[in-house]
Amino acid sequence: MCSPILEVSGLHTHYGASHILHGINFSIKAGECISLMGRNGMGKTTTIRSIFGLTPATRGRIRVLGNDVTTLSPHSIARMGLGLVPEGRQIFPDLSVKENLTMTARPGLDGSWAWTLERVLQTFPPLAARLSNMGNQLSGGEQQILSIARALMTNPQLLVLDEATEGLAPLVRKKIWSVIQQVKETGITTIIVDKDVDTQLKVSDKSIVLVKGRVAFSGDTSELVANPDVHIQHLSV
Amino acid sequence: MDFATFLIQILNGVQYGFTLFLVASGLTLIFGIMGIINLAHGAFYMVGAYLSFWLFGITESLWIAILIGLPIMIVFGYAIERLAISLLYKRDHLYQVLLSYGLILVLNEMQKILWGSDFNSVPVPDALSISIPMGNQEYPVYRLFVSLVCMVIASSMYIIISKTRLGMMIRAGATHREMTQALGINISRIFAIVFSLGAALAGFSGMIDAPLSSVYPGMGDYILIISFVVIVIGGIGSVKGAFVGAMLVGLADTFGKILLPEFSSMVIYALMALILLWRPQGLFGRPT
Ligand SMILES: Nc1ncnc2c1ncn2[C@@H]1O[C@H](COP(=O)(O)OP(=O)(O)O)[C@@H](O)[C@H]1O
Ligand SMILES: [Mg+2]
Repeated sequence: MCSPILEVSGLHTHYGASHILHGINFSIKAGECISLMGRNGMGKTTTIRSIFGLTPATRGRIRVLGNDVTTLSPHSIARMGLGLVPEGRQIFPDLSVKENLTMTARPGLDGSWAWTLERVLQTFPPLAARLSNMGNQLSGGEQQILSIARALMTNPQLLVLDEATEGLAPLVRKKIWSVIQQVKETGITTIIVDKDVDTQLKVSDKSIVLVKGRVAFSGDTSELVANPDVHIQHLSV
Repeated sequence: MDFATFLIQILNGVQYGFTLFLVASGLTLIFGIMGIINLAHGAFYMVGAYLSFWLFGITESLWIAILIGLPIMIVFGYAIERLAISLLYKRDHLYQVLLSYGLILVLNEMQKILWGSDFNSVPVPDALSISIPMGNQEYPVYRLFVSLVCMVIASSMYIIISKTRLGMMIRAGATHREMTQALGINISRIFAIVFSLGAALAGFSGMIDAPLSSVYPGMGDYILIISFVVIVIGGIGSVKGAFVGAMLVGLADTFGKILLPEFSSMVIYALMALILLWRPQGLFGRPT
C-alpha cells in the first residue's frame, strides 16, 4: 500500500498567458534517484516550481505520499517532507551560515533528526569553518554546499536539486557531485536537474526527459542509455 | 548658544529622533519585507495618540491608557493587514498606494466622527511632571523618560531582529521571499506579525508623544512624510538605517529651527538631498 512519494499527473502550468507545461505525468517511489532532463527552457525548473507550489499548477494533480498538494501553499508543501536546492542557490545573504542552516531546521515526518547541525558539519567540513560568516561572504561552491546542507537540515523525504553544479569550476563541481552521491547513499529520494548529462546518467536510477513542456521519455536510466536516439535527439547540446 | 542650550537641543533632537524611529522602523520593515508601501502608517501614529487621549479621559492615567491601548493597536494592525493589505501582496505598488491612501481618509474621517476637530491635550503623568535644572534652564523629565523608553524598545528590536528565529525569518524573507516559503516558513504569518507590530510601534509612539505634542486631526500626515524622509536617508528596508536616519533628522530639525530659523522647514529635505547625492540607495540601503 506504499503510495509513491511524488505523483504528478496531467500537470499544466502557465506563467501569465504563456503555457509552459502541457500535461506532465510521472511518479517517484521512495529511495529512487531521478534525473529530470531536457535542454534549456524545456520546463524543468517550472515543473519543480509547480511541485513546490511556487508557480501553482493551472491543471492536473500533484500528490505527495498520496496527499493532494496541488493547491497548498509552498510552506505547507515543504512541510510534507520536500527539500529544495533551487536554481541559483538562493542563500540568505543577511543570515550567517549557521542561521541559514538552523532557521528552518526541523525533524523529519517521523519525528527523527537524521540530519543535525553536527552531522551536516561533519559531512560538509567547509561549512564548519565558515559558521559565523554571512551568507554573501561565501564562494559560489560554498554557497552551493550550504544550499544543499540547508535543505537537508529540514530532514526531507524528497530532495530536489536544480542545477546544483551550475557556474562552478570543474573541481568544485566534482566536489558537489560527491556530496550528491553521499546524500543519495543515505537513502533520501532525489530529483536531480543538471547540465552534466553523463554524470546524471551514472548516478540516477530513473530518468525523465522533458521536451517543450511534455514528457519525451520516462523510465529506467539504463533504458535511456541503451536508447541513443532519445539521448541524441533531446539531450546533446 | 551656551552649553546648557546646546545640551537641551541635543536632548530634544534625540528625543524627536526616537519618536520618529518608532514610526519609521515599522514603515521600513513593512516596505523592506512585505514590499508594501503603507501610506496609512502615519495614521496609526494618530490613532495611538487619540487612543491615549480617549483612554486617559476614562482611566485618568496615561500608564493604564497605554496598557490598554497597546493591545488595541496590535489587534487593529492585525485586522488591517488581514482584511485589506493582504489582498494586495501580488499587486502593483500603485494599488497599495491607493488602498493605504484610502485608509488614511477613512481613519481621519473616523477620528473626526469619534473625537471631533478640536486640538486636545494629554497631561504629563504626575510622577514625571518635574524638571531638572540644566545650567540656568530646566529640562522636563518626561522627555528624558520618553527617550529612555524608546532606547529600550530600539534595543529590544535589535535583539529580536539579530538573535531570534523571528528575526532570522524577517531577514530571510526580506531578500528571498520564495525561498523562505519553500523551506517551510509561513510567510503570510510573518507578514501579519510584522505589520501588526509595526502598527503597534507607530501607535505607541503616538501614545507617549501625546503629552508632548497636542492631539489633533491630521497629526499623522506630517509624521508620515518625515518618516519617509527618514527611511529614504537610512536606506529603505534597513532598521539600522531607520535609526540613524531618525537621529539625523531629529537633530537636523531641532538645530535647524535654532540656527536657520527662516529655512527650518527645508533643512531636513536638504539633508536628504545631500545624502542621496552621495549614496543614492541611502546610508544602509542595498544598491539596486
Ligand atoms: N517567470 C517566467 N515568466 C515567463 N516565462 C518563463 C518564466 N520562467 C521561465 N519561463 C519560460 O518557461 C520555459 C521553461 O523554463 P524553465 O522551466 O526555467 O526551463 P528549464 O529549467 O528546463 O531550463 C522557458 O521557455 C522560459 O522562457
Ligand atoms: Mg532551469
